Amino acid sequence: MTAVTDSEASLRLRGARAEGGAEATAKMSAADLSAWFGDKQALRRITLPLIERKVTAIIGPSGCGKSTFIRCMNRMHEVVAGARTTGDVLLDGKSVYGADVDPVRVRRRVGMVFQKPNPFPTMSVRDNVLAGLRLSGIEPPDADALVEEVLVQAALWDEVKDALDRPGGALSGGQQQRLCIARCLALEPEVVLMDEPCSSLDPIATAKIEELIHDLRDRYTIVVVTHSMQQAARVSDYTAFFYVGELVEYDHADVIFTKPSDPRTEDYITGRFG
Amino acid sequence: MPRLHTDRLYEGELRKIREMLLMMGAKVEEMLSHAMRALIERDTELAERTLYIDRQINRLEMEVDDLCLRVLARRQPVASDLRFVTMALKVVTDLERMGDLGVNICERVVELNEEPPLKPYVEVVNMAEAAQEMLREGLDAFVAGDAERAQAIVERDSKVDAYYGAIFRELLTYMMENPRNIFRATRVQSIAKYIERIADHATNVAEMVVFMVRGKDIRHVGKLERRGASRGEPELGRRSPPPPEASDSDASLRDMMSVARGPSSRRP
Repeated sequence: MTAVTDSEASLRLRGARAEGGAEATAKMSAADLSAWFGDKQALRRITLPLIERKVTAIIGPSGCGKSTFIRCMNRMHEVVAGARTTGDVLLDGKSVYGADVDPVRVRRRVGMVFQKPNPFPTMSVRDNVLAGLRLSGIEPPDADALVEEVLVQAALWDEVKDALDRPGGALSGGQQQRLCIARCLALEPEVVLMDEPCSSLDPIATAKIEELIHDLRDRYTIVVVTHSMQQAARVSDYTAFFYVGELVEYDHADVIFTKPSDPRTEDYITGRFG
Repeated sequence: MPRLHTDRLYEGELRKIREMLLMMGAKVEEMLSHAMRALIERDTELAERTLYIDRQINRLEMEVDDLCLRVLARRQPVASDLRFVTMALKVVTDLERMGDLGVNICERVVELNEEPPLKPYVEVVNMAEAAQEMLREGLDAFVAGDAERAQAIVERDSKVDAYYGAIFRELLTYMMENPRNIFRATRVQSIAKYIERIADHATNVAEMVVFMVRGKDIRHVGKLERRGASRGEPELGRRSPPPPEASDSDASLRDMMSVARGPSSRRP
């Protein structure tokens, strides 16, 4: 974790209910963020904080801009041809879109886990964990210790400790997803973005990932994009509802799922949409 | 009213719960009005027949509970649907208790009908009408999703309490006058007490309707305040509660949003 900056300090706020009186800090925030694919606008002036060491869920129907939003957070959006953004994204109060900022460095600090588990199938479990680091040209001094540490964090160690040389592709879907989370954690990110991390998993594997998300927030700021309202209700501290590229509502998850204030949120989460 | 569900089966289940609650309320009303008629007309046969309505209410209670559990398990309702289902689970208990109290009233009526009349029972009937009206209004507010109307019912509970106080004092004079009045006076007093309890349950229903519509819990706080004020206790109750929209956490979230908006350096 980086030290707290002045501008971050200015984001410190007191009294958030979910924190039980502790201070809530925005680790990242989108400020008036818009995004386009060519002529098509995918995000419309989103302003949204991502509270430090909390889980923020982003929900909304297909095409509402959820995935685009998190891809703007670590500058993955711009790698698509014709894609552009306006507005800003702040990490610890500093723009990640600044002229002097290296996008690769941003993506290390703001890691990402994708919908479909994508381990390197023939690479061993061990090498899969280290793959992100090696691709960045880093050979960790004590690789074994690091592999164990992040696999423990990803709640996978007990299941694979005797099979570290087996290929990643031999693991079950849920294990593969936790392996991908371990690979992401090996880069020591500060923020972890998860794009529908459970949508291809069975309920047991989903429950494990959700428990893992719960545990990981002691160390990381987590954003989960999900199609499952129940999942958002289960895992998130804060929930944002997106609709056709706009942020409709953002609040404590408890509030969103018991008493949302915008009728569009109400219609969507109760299943009265479309 | 909210829009219909995309899933029509789900919509049908929620509608069914609503209908069963209304049916229970109608049965309670029926019990109460029959019991009062049996009291005035000294119709023991009617009182005994009325007892059986409670069985139908009990059956409906079990059906509502069962359907609510199924909806919770299979639909995982949220927001207004969640408030509706949890409200139904609570209201059903109040309605069932009202049915039980209706049974108690009928039993006392049967006992009274075996004795010569103590006095005309006008106040008891008026009191029962007031309680019945509270329930009817509560169920209307429930159907219409009208929180204001439901809130007004809560205020009316004190009127029924006042009826009970007056009836109780009058019965005391009868009892002091002649010990032979005691048996009948205590029957009448019990009936008035049962009606007073029915009005309390109707108040609970109204409070749950406010919660269902607004998502705001108005139980106990209001009562504590009212009681404090009426006893002339320190002006705790007079202090207006903080406006619901101005909680600290909401404010901090809003602040957070505006701070995030602050250093908006627009990229070229």
